[in-house]
Amino acid sequence: MASVITEQEKLIGKGIKRKEDPRLITGTATYVDDMQLPGMHHACIVRSPYAAANIKSIDIKAALETPGVVAVYTGAAVKDVGPVPCGASLPGLRVPHHHILAQDRVYFVGHPVAVVVATDRYIARDGADLVEVDYDVLPAVADPEKALADGAPAVHPQWPDNVAFNFHQENGEVEKVFAEAEVVVKQRITSQRLIPSSMETRAVLAEYRSGEKALTIYSSSQIPHLLRTLVAGMLGVPEHKLRVVVPEVGGGFGSKLNVYAEEALMGWIAMKTGKPVKWIESRRENFLTTIHGRGHVDYYEIAAKKDGTITGIRLKLIQDLGAYHQLLTPAIPTLSVLMMPGLYRCQTICADIVGVFTNCVPTDAYRGAGRPEATHGIERMVDMLAAELKMDAAELRLKNFIQPGEFPFASATGLTYDSGDYAKPLKKALDIVNYMGLREQQRKARAEGRWMGIGMSTYGEICAFGPSPATPAGGWESASVRIEPSGKITVHTGVSPHGQGEETTFSQIVADELGVDFNDVVVLHGDTAIVQYGIGTFGSRGTAVGGTALYFALQELKAKIKRFGAMLLDTDSVVYEEGRCACRKTGNSVSLAEIAGASYRAMKLPPGTEPGMMATYFWEPPNFTFPFGAHIVVTEVDKETGVVTIQRYVAVDDCGKILNPLIVAGQVHGGVAQGIGQSLYEHGIYDDNGQLLTGEFMDYAIPKITMMPWIESEHTETPSPVNPLGVKGVGEAGTIGCSPAVVNSVVDALSPLGVRHLDMPLSPEKIWKVLQGGQA
Amino acid sequence: MMIAIMRRAIAVTINGKRHSNEVEPRLLLIHYLRDVLGLTGPHIGCETSICGACTVLVNGKAIKSCTMFAVQANGADVLTIEGLASDGNLHPIQNAFWEEHGAQCGYCTPGMIMASKQLLDRNASPTEEEIRHGLEGNLCRCTGYQHIVNAVKSAAAKMGA
Repeated sequence: MASVITEQEKLIGKGIKRKEDPRLITGTATYVDDMQLPGMHHACIVRSPYAAANIKSIDIKAALETPGVVAVYTGAAVKDVGPVPCGASLPGLRVPHHHILAQDRVYFVGHPVAVVVATDRYIARDGADLVEVDYDVLPAVADPEKALADGAPAVHPQWPDNVAFNFHQENGEVEKVFAEAEVVVKQRITSQRLIPSSMETRAVLAEYRSGEKALTIYSSSQIPHLLRTLVAGMLGVPEHKLRVVVPEVGGGFGSKLNVYAEEALMGWIAMKTGKPVKWIESRRENFLTTIHGRGHVDYYEIAAKKDGTITGIRLKLIQDLGAYHQLLTPAIPTLSVLMMPGLYRCQTICADIVGVFTNCVPTDAYRGAGRPEATHGIERMVDMLAAELKMDAAELRLKNFIQPGEFPFASATGLTYDSGDYAKPLKKALDIVNYMGLREQQRKARAEGRWMGIGMSTYGEICAFGPSPATPAGGWESASVRIEPSGKITVHTGVSPHGQGEETTFSQIVADELGVDFNDVVVLHGDTAIVQYGIGTFGSRGTAVGGTALYFALQELKAKIKRFGAMLLDTDSVVYEEGRCACRKTGNSVSLAEIAGASYRAMKLPPGTEPGMMATYFWEPPNFTFPFGAHIVVTEVDKETGVVTIQRYVAVDDCGKILNPLIVAGQVHGGVAQGIGQSLYEHGIYDDNGQLLTGEFMDYAIPKITMMPWIESEHTETPSPVNPLGVKGVGEAGTIGCSPAVVNSVVDALSPLGVRHLDMPLSPEKIWKVLQGGQA
Repeated sequence: MMIAIMRRAIAVTINGKRHSNEVEPRLLLIHYLRDVLGLTGPHIGCETSICGACTVLVNGKAIKSCTMFAVQANGADVLTIEGLASDGNLHPIQNAFWEEHGAQCGYCTPGMIMASKQLLDRNASPTEEEIRHGLEGNLCRCTGYQHIVNAVKSAAAKMGA
């Protein structure tokens, strides 16, 4: 066993093992369902089996008569609870009123209709089975293009066209560029619905203390403070009387960057019954009712000169929104538009989004959130353009990259890319795979009748969300650092890590900045009663924004430490090094613990200085960060079965400065796994009646350990100038870079058959049909 | 409508300690462990025996405890993640998951470690392919599995040394 770090050396940049892990590997971590409160009830939710129906009646009598059932509530009981909030605002956005329980109509399969509260989780399910709902089934529409067609069933009767919003953005002389283009390539590209599938489903426990009129909600969330503000509003509970606690969270991937009906509903039940109540989402409910990701149909056009210079990109984006807006639903496709030009210099773009209601569960942020769709689109189009021009795909990319001397770069969509050297990771990846050698191997393979493919993607992303003006609820982050009288250090961070390892990386930052032992730092998060307001963990922002807030809090604290140090050493000028304040003149020094102790004992204070040793910093980022990289994938397609095998996966990611390479590698691997899931296996499929056909892990194939290739992960390091740590973020990079590289590789493999494009997932069935000469 | 449910007496040895309880026949082993005995290390991820988050060893064999009734474990010897460390010392597999960053959110980890134990009990020095085959019944959404493969390799090396 390697010793935990105790030696006083710089920890940033080292692959230090995580301080989160001892509780995780011993089974002693506390997730929501691990908690039991005295007198706690269990809730089970009755959900609609239909995608569209009027509720004629609900009979709760048999359920109520079940021994152990405490209460049954239907929509009527909670009609005055505020709607599930949509935080995104777009001009003209249509926002349906999203009650926490259905009122007289249901809009998607899984729509909550009633809730049974019982003394035991089994009895709650028994009770739910006995609730009789009489439905008048209505026609439904589950496909966004069908929903736009004339005569389609209206998801919301008041909006018969099913359009929630239109959004337009353009830059440059679009019509002229396309009219004068030497080459135009067009393609319809889909990014299918994905189901985030965190291993821990959603989980809520609510407790009300009537004497204090205080409600506590424990929830598996990525955004404790925003959840508190919004649920307090829904329930009419004063915000300071609502405490949200986010204990251990078993994965989120964006699906818990949300406010759900059940979070408010459990709070409401706890207040109504006076007893704690717990609701644990079943996996089937998770598939049906937790947000899905992606859901794009994109019509792309790319204009270019014959020499390969990209001159224009045009996109019509049809976003499947589902039946309601969850927290950020309509905002997600706008991120796709922002990312449209990718890493390329092209300044002429035109995008039209139509956001479409369907009788499906809402889509919202899932790992990458709009950026994987955009990257998939542009990187597929660039490959198709290369094929059209008979140019090498790498050469075409290198020709169009923004060059290192052009940063900060004003993108066609209004962003300012912070820093980059886009050729560097691509060239590194090409070297690693020996690209020319690979092409030679491919020629031989083809001569032997084997379908071998080489595909690449060069991606960029928008990370470190974000400057507050660009976000719905503030994009800053907070940190407080408290040095206790003994010299031990407590950090409170406003981010809410759930697997990303910030207890470790933040301890590394503190250890380096204050010259203290890594083990003398504790990082607390996720409890609104103890942590100052924060925004949360999503959009690859935890370290880039939260870590930077911590960095600045530490600078403030160091200044105060030095004031106390100078006072104790009776000198004007001290240096702070390796955990001690020293006077260069006398050589005397005093330890941080002595300084902290003196600051609390406060026998004497430096002029104009408060007692105590604590600093809090709210950091507003001046810009996003823009990580980038290149992934190269080598595949072979089995001619008999259509099975795609990934033979090599090389990822060269530039996430700025790397604080902990072990954690960064883990983020890349996990991101790539979700990208491979989308590329080859995963597809959330609704039938024409709005029934989810992929409602369990049996039908929805997230990658198993046998389905994952070995990932060769390398990096280039281009520091971000946006923050003093130089970090850019890495949580979503793997997912964003992956899918176009895999699809480009398979299309390359099948290109001798005339295949030019394939939509995901590249299932054996789909490929087999192509191999038989049919259409995918 | 409700049928009176007769409780059954069961006695199960869990992590070396004998437990006697009266349980409903329909009570799942995972709920017996978690809700009755407070052993919340094994988790519930799917309730359909696909994800493996609930994996425990029953008489030395890795079992998905979400699809076994507690009454079926009557008389059995059960090992959960909580019983793996001994005398305050982490098991080499636990240590390897720590060293190799085999856990991110940690939710699949207890099941993954127990499945790894069965794997290494049966095959002390597995190849990468054998590791992947042995853990095929356990899903992880965070890690892409690569560090888990490294952890099992590393544990095998340490345990064999």
